[in-house]
Amino acid sequence: MANKTQLNEKKLMLLLMLGIVIYACSQGGKQSADSQSAQTTAAQPSDYDPKRGLGKFDKVDVGNTLDAALAQEGKLIADVKCASCHKYTSERLVGPGWSGVTKKHQPAWIMNFITNPDPMIDKDPELQAQLEICLVRMPNQNLSDEDARKILEFMRENDGVN
Amino acid sequence: MKRRKHLLWLLAAMVVSISFSACKPRGAGSAVTGNAAARTYVPPGQYDEFYNFVSGGFSGQMSVYGLPSGRLFRVIPVFSVDPEKGWGFSEETKPMLETSHGFIPWDDLHHIEASFTDGMPDGKWMFANSNNTPRLARIDLATHRTAEIIEIPNTGGNHCSPFTTENSEYVIAATRFSVPPDGPGGDVPISSYKENFKGHISFVRVDKETGEFDIAFQLKTPGLNFDLSSAGKGKSNGWLFLSCYNSEQAHTLLEVSASQNDKDFILAINWKKAEEYFKAGRGTKQAVRYAHNKYNEETHSATSEIKTEVTVLDVADFEDLAYLIPCPKSPHGTDVNPTGEYIIGSGKLAALIPVFSFDKLQNAIANKDFEAEQYGGIPVVKYESALHGEVEKPGLGPLHTEFDDKGNAYTSFFVSSEIVKWNIEKLEVIDRQPTYYSVGHLMVAGGNSKKPYGKYLVAYNKITKDRFLPTGPELCHAAQLFDISGEKMELLLDFPTIGEPHYAQAVPADLIKDRSVKIYDINANKHPYIAKGESEARVERNGNTVHVYLTTIRSHFTPDNIEGIQLGDEVYFHVTNIEQDWDMPHGFAIKGAGNSELLVMPGETQTLKWVPDRTGIFPMYCTDFCSALHQEMSGYVRVSPKGSNVQLAFSTGVNPSAGE
Repeated sequence: MANKTQLNEKKLMLLLMLGIVIYACSQGGKQSADSQSAQTTAAQPSDYDPKRGLGKFDKVDVGNTLDAALAQEGKLIADVKCASCHKYTSERLVGPGWSGVTKKHQPAWIMNFITNPDPMIDKDPELQAQLEICLVRMPNQNLSDEDARKILEFMRENDGVN
Repeated sequence: MKRRKHLLWLLAAMVVSISFSACKPRGAGSAVTGNAAARTYVPPGQYDEFYNFVSGGFSGQMSVYGLPSGRLFRVIPVFSVDPEKGWGFSEETKPMLETSHGFIPWDDLHHIEASFTDGMPDGKWMFANSNNTPRLARIDLATHRTAEIIEIPNTGGNHCSPFTTENSEYVIAATRFSVPPDGPGGDVPISSYKENFKGHISFVRVDKETGEFDIAFQLKTPGLNFDLSSAGKGKSNGWLFLSCYNSEQAHTLLEVSASQNDKDFILAINWKKAEEYFKAGRGTKQAVRYAHNKYNEETHSATSEIKTEVTVLDVADFEDLAYLIPCPKSPHGTDVNPTGEYIIGSGKLAALIPVFSFDKLQNAIANKDFEAEQYGGIPVVKYESALHGEVEKPGLGPLHTEFDDKGNAYTSFFVSSEIVKWNIEKLEVIDRQPTYYSVGHLMVAGGNSKKPYGKYLVAYNKITKDRFLPTGPELCHAAQLFDISGEKMELLLDFPTIGEPHYAQAVPADLIKDRSVKIYDINANKHPYIAKGESEARVERNGNTVHVYLTTIRSHFTPDNIEGIQLGDEVYFHVTNIEQDWDMPHGFAIKGAGNSELLVMPGETQTLKWVPDRTGIFPMYCTDFCSALHQEMSGYVRVSPKGSNVQLAFSTGVNPSAGE
């Protein structure tokens, strides 16, 4: 008798557990959907080199003298794509004036920033400080690598390299 | 012990009942499967599997949805003006809506068909037809904009359109309302229908590279109402099948008088033969007038040209061009299955679905197995000679049929409000599912191609009633998504639509998404009034016409102070967006403009015409939130009396004194 009762109780427990499993299963869709949301992993601050910036350019050898023809081409591009927001003097318009930019930053940093602005604004301490002042994120103006190099040369000319 | 046992039984019963109630489908009694939500759920930031291009019907537009989520991404203006996008309001887009009747701000966009290569969607273009003032449009899937619109002459109600041949060599346009041919001869008594009214079927050539339209030739037929068509594929490539109703040739109370005959027709056309005759110069040139409008992505401007000639071949003049197949009761859809062997006719007043065989049709033609009497000079193939068989009692009011990749057909039934799945070879019904309510068109992903993608079917319902929260007398049309991968069709989702969808095309996202244009290259912009950079921004007066070369970038206009405009001037704001970043349009609006806004994409130039009606100061501003300083993106225009001595002046960032 005792055995039979135990057996029945076991069956009941099984039924109970089965029910719980079915219930949990019916709630499963919601949970799995939540867990699927993408996790964005923020890069460690130590990964970022504030001298180089973030982008495809590592070392840019600019030499000591100016490539005047290259700088002239750079000015033409800058007039169309950059001058709406940047003066070539030190006066701030929407963004900071360009005067002195090549003395403050490495060539690679400049070329990385102007070709890859959004990711750099997210990571670079100085750019984050600038954003607090200007409040407009620098647009990506879809500059090619060659365009960026030409604009850099114009910035050097603007800073007195000859 | 006994007490404990009872307690356990009770607990077990409760848990089991809770479990079952958790799995039970909810909702208004419709049979939705338990995990339908998960099967249509696209997590935030992830993409849908298919683009679904959906006709907007009487809205005149085409909408772009994702499947399986049913999310609306974009409404592409086609045949109707769209003030949100400046379509038909900007100087550049106005020519797109020109016709031989002048500028027309609205039409009824009926069907959509993808461009095909070897019977499969190639992701280049969508074609669309307008039903009221007959036109065809081509939508570029790189820009998701209407690239071209061509008017169709000799046509009254371009319903039987824009279905294409296997390689989109031609897009077909055929008249729903037969009319006398265009020209002065059209002034005839309506009662002379049988004598003077004609059908015309247009073959509009599509350039394989550019997509550009060209009306190659038209086929003239007796006065019939062409409803829908489907080109042959595979073995039947080279043929075209069109459903026709009103074989009675009635011209009044068609509801009754065009429903008298037991059978109307499917018209089978050997279009390769027609092409041969056309190329051999067998057509007749007819003087007509129709508009051909093209949008140029380099000048960011449309042009409209009136063309004056079309070549017409009368099918009655040729023995081997066209054949009529009797088809029960006012056929609506005519659909060719993926192998090209079967042609499904859907007599919308019939209680059966006839399935015709291409092979049997060819034999019947070869053996001249025709009825004794021709119809308007066209041989009529004997019904039984072309028939594969009939699906008995499939439902009421069959309209359209699409196909899967497993030899099954899916037919929509308006009157009995259901979708019926049936096997084409065996002519046997496999499954039927109700729609809410009264389905019109249906679409299987790739269901009109040689290799349907299967998986999803969307029913486009004509009646909505209680499916969504009520919004007054007018309700949106409801679409319903079904999973058709199993034996039984499973309802997954209802979603609202724009206007009245008549057909749609679902294309795998991978065919389109990577080719999507992000910006227009400012250096490739050849607009005659571009300001390439702020240094070129300026204001120029030429008599009473003033051209403002305006630039936009986050977040200012150049110039943003303009003085010296006078009453009586016509001012053109040529707005160039010098941004070169994806998803950075700027908007433009000015107080009192009897016009829409402009929405200018990066690298693009668009023009708003403004005729000030009073003197004073008129603010202008950017209408599309662009940055944290968007609210600051504004400016002023000063309007003075005619003949005023206020000099024309413009600036940004300085405040010159006006030259008074």
